[in-house]
Amino acid sequence: MTLAIFLTLAVISVITALLMVFAKSPVHSVLYLILTFFTIAGQYVLLNAQFLAVVHIIVYAGAIMVLFLFVLMLLNLNKDTEPQKSAGWRLAGAIAAGSLLVTMVGAMHGSIQIAGTEQSNPQVGLVENLGKVLFTDFVVPFEIAGILFLAAMVGAVLVGKKDLKV
Amino acid sequence: MSILLLFSAGFIVEKIILISVLFAITLGVAAYSTYGERKFAAFFQDRLGPDRAGPWGILQPLADGVKMFTKEDFRPNEAERWLYILAPGAFMFVACMTSAVIPWGTQLTVFGTPVDLQVADLNIGILYILGLSSLGVYGIMIGGWSSNNKFSLYGAIRASSQMISYELAMGLSVIAVVMMTGTLSLKEMAAQQAGFNWNVWYQPLGFLIFFICSLAECNRAPFDMAECETELIGGYHTEYSSMKLGFFLFAEYINMFISSAVTATVFFGGYNFPGLDPNWLGGFMGPIVLFAKVFFFIFVFMWIRWTIPRFRYDQLMHLGWKSLIPLAIFNMLLTGAGVLYFGK
Repeated sequence: MTLAIFLTLAVISVITALLMVFAKSPVHSVLYLILTFFTIAGQYVLLNAQFLAVVHIIVYAGAIMVLFLFVLMLLNLNKDTEPQKSAGWRLAGAIAAGSLLVTMVGAMHGSIQIAGTEQSNPQVGLVENLGKVLFTDFVVPFEIAGILFLAAMVGAVLVGKKDLKV
Repeated sequence: MSILLLFSAGFIVEKIILISVLFAITLGVAAYSTYGERKFAAFFQDRLGPDRAGPWGILQPLADGVKMFTKEDFRPNEAERWLYILAPGAFMFVACMTSAVIPWGTQLTVFGTPVDLQVADLNIGILYILGLSSLGVYGIMIGGWSSNNKFSLYGAIRASSQMISYELAMGLSVIAVVMMTGTLSLKEMAAQQAGFNWNVWYQPLGFLIFFICSLAECNRAPFDMAECETELIGGYHTEYSSMKLGFFLFAEYINMFISSAVTATVFFGGYNFPGLDPNWLGGFMGPIVLFAKVFFFIFVFMWIRWTIPRFRYDQLMHLGWKSLIPLAIFNMLLTGAGVLYFGK
């Protein structure tokens, strides 16, 4: 049952990810990417990490992709206005993405042999345990991530200011 | 191993029945909210309101439904076909899904077996609701964009920027409640508010922020910038007709019903009322109490709509970003100090 659900989600996520890359219209691309996020959230639920699943939906599908969609709709990109890349740029892009793919596949392939270590605590994805772990064992990285977010927020506000007097 | 393996056939049948009943009630309440809205509007404006279909016009929602279904389904030539069709469905779907985590009562005893009056007791129930409310915006955006009409697009952009802005303050006001109750599960939240120990007494400011934000999230007046007739014709659903338009309008009433239920559960004790044990009447007392609260909040939604004029768009954004969010953060700090001092 779990395997069947996992395989269904995995196949859908790969298909929608491919569709996202190959879709002609940028708005369609964004919508396919949102579907991909949903299937990934489904995988988190299968791993008993409900908190991560919901936060994934709220942050990625609910906030970031909405902003993407927002910008794309305002720009209203279509075939006539979309800047066409030359063949050289396309080749360069394909090579860059391809080498990333090879690296990732190599890394993942290596990790399969060390897999099989059972998850120490299957309940760790539940919000109460996750909070405790974040605020005890991983408090320093957690706080550093918080500072990083604060810096990004301040930066965004500064960039968005109309008359910047430094 | 996964929790999915624990599902038995009886469990699944029980949940399917509960979901069907809940779905029927949601649609029924939403349908009669349209009737209620028109009757209250008439009352506030010293008119009679609908009174032709059946006694006191009580069959008006039925007549409206038949009208919506039988109208010509017009589609603009240049619309993005599939997205145009998908949008109202997506909006409606998200609106209906939210009711899954609301505890409608404690337990019913049906044929000797106790039945939980909650479809899914997620331990992150309140986050589930926030997540779905942030997804509601897609129906509006896709609908507005795919109609290929400038007014629709403008309405969609207004609606989505408004919903994104007010989600933040809503989330922050909920965080204060979560800090106080120490749980994200709506079931536990409702159970903690037994008798008259309602969260609203501890979180009056949080409730106010939450309620204003839920008005904005439902695109209700005075925040109905998305369908501001004088500026935008009809907003994001200008190009829609027939039942597709009906879905958009209907989903608004469903959202209103659900957000009333969430407000009642999070701040006003859910199924609890002093002197009324939710287990009375074989467990039916809880739902009765909760629905009384829900209907009261739906009335307040309508009351506000017909009393307060619409905001201007810049006023709306100022209220959201410069008043509600700082207030919500202040409320959070206050709650934190309270929790630290009283050790609740």
